[in-house]
Amino acid sequence: MNSTVITNIARFILLLAVQVFIFNRINLFGFINPYPYILFILLYPVNGSKAGLLLSSFFLGLIVDMFLNSGGVHAAACVTLAYLRPTFFKFSFGISYEYQTIKINERLTPERFSFILISVVTHHIILYLLEIFSFSLILDILWRTLLTTVFTLIISTTIIYLIKPGKQ
Amino acid sequence: MQQIFNFIFKNSILLLFLLLLGISLSLVIQSHSYHRSRSVTSANAVSGYVYQKINDVEQYFSLKTENEKLAAENAELKKILYNGKDSIATTTTPTAVTGNFVVTQSRVISNSFGKRDNYLTINSGTNDGVKRDMGVVSSLGVIGIIENTSKNYSTVISVLNTRIKLDAKIKKNNHFGTLKWDGKNAGFALLTEVPRLAEVNKGDTIVTGGRSVIFPENIPIGKIEKVFIDKKTNYYTLQIRLFNDMTSLDHVYIIENKDIQEITTLEAQTTANE
Repeated sequence: MNSTVITNIARFILLLAVQVFIFNRINLFGFINPYPYILFILLYPVNGSKAGLLLSSFFLGLIVDMFLNSGGVHAAACVTLAYLRPTFFKFSFGISYEYQTIKINERLTPERFSFILISVVTHHIILYLLEIFSFSLILDILWRTLLTTVFTLIISTTIIYLIKPGKQ
Repeated sequence: MQQIFNFIFKNSILLLFLLLLGISLSLVIQSHSYHRSRSVTSANAVSGYVYQKINDVEQYFSLKTENEKLAAENAELKKILYNGKDSIATTTTPTAVTGNFVVTQSRVISNSFGKRDNYLTINSGTNDGVKRDMGVVSSLGVIGIIENTSKNYSTVISVLNTRIKLDAKIKKNNHFGTLKWDGKNAGFALLTEVPRLAEVNKGDTIVTGGRSVIFPENIPIGKIEKVFIDKKTNYYTLQIRLFNDMTSLDHVYIIENKDIQEITTLEAQTTANE
């Protein structure tokens, strides 16, 4: 048990608790809830075990599903995000991202922001596609995705920089 | 053989991903199919406990409004009691209807209204005699139907769920229709398939119909807000303003129809004989 594992377990529990206690109950304009719990997947170490990430994302999504009575939509969206994460790293930070030391939770650069943005959009669009489950309501799906993405982005970046303020 | 192992080893992450995605997608599809109970719900010891704890704190903020609601309901019940056999005024209480209904009280500990398929969690379960397909109402009107139960908690399909269909009627002339939700506004529902010969006016009261085995007849639902004509079927579609504020629910009543077993077995026999 090294400190990274403990940090990640703590992050898992903390983000889950905050999601269930606070963010699921916001209901801005009656239907917008942010989902900053996916920060766990984004902040998972770059060179950490991939199987570990997939499994923990699955259970993270499943527990959120349990609290929200939403079947398995969060689990599916989280697993897909966890699987696609290396691709998004490549897209945002360049091919040789594994040799750089990527720290998401530092000063907000365009690369970091684009990574967070792509991840959040991917997760939310899968989430609403599966939740609404009807192509005739595609406008509704896109509208909800857009609003929730904006809300989640604001909350997520706030959380990152509140907890770990960048060095000047 | 060696190659198969090599393949599995090389693509282990992809295979694990597909396995987990398969599990979650099957859960999603299961939750979208109508007559199957879902396996992952908030009616379990862990989430029920968490929601109960949150509710224990939150209930203090709504004590005043809840007291006023209960007092208003008491006044309504007293009115019925003092007026004796006044059959017109008895429509707000389920107990006034002839039938074999048992009513118990419960509390909403978790509520959702922003999604297309909304569920509530209440703090009564099989230990309190709650079973699947019992009706849930508040003092103002219909709320939903019990779906999953655990020992101490149950989930309720809210009327704000695109998969719910309730039998309802216009109170003054007994014309039947089907109550649905279009997934848009938490204050309104739709009453569809109302025949064109029915006389409908804005402001008419909609109540539960007598064909349901779940709810007693004449439980209030809402008022007619707008009248549409369905171009395909030539039936009326009515927009109903719900009496309940579905965004703030606390005390609810669970209605059990003691005759449900008898009715459903009888109906099953009848259809089997055809």
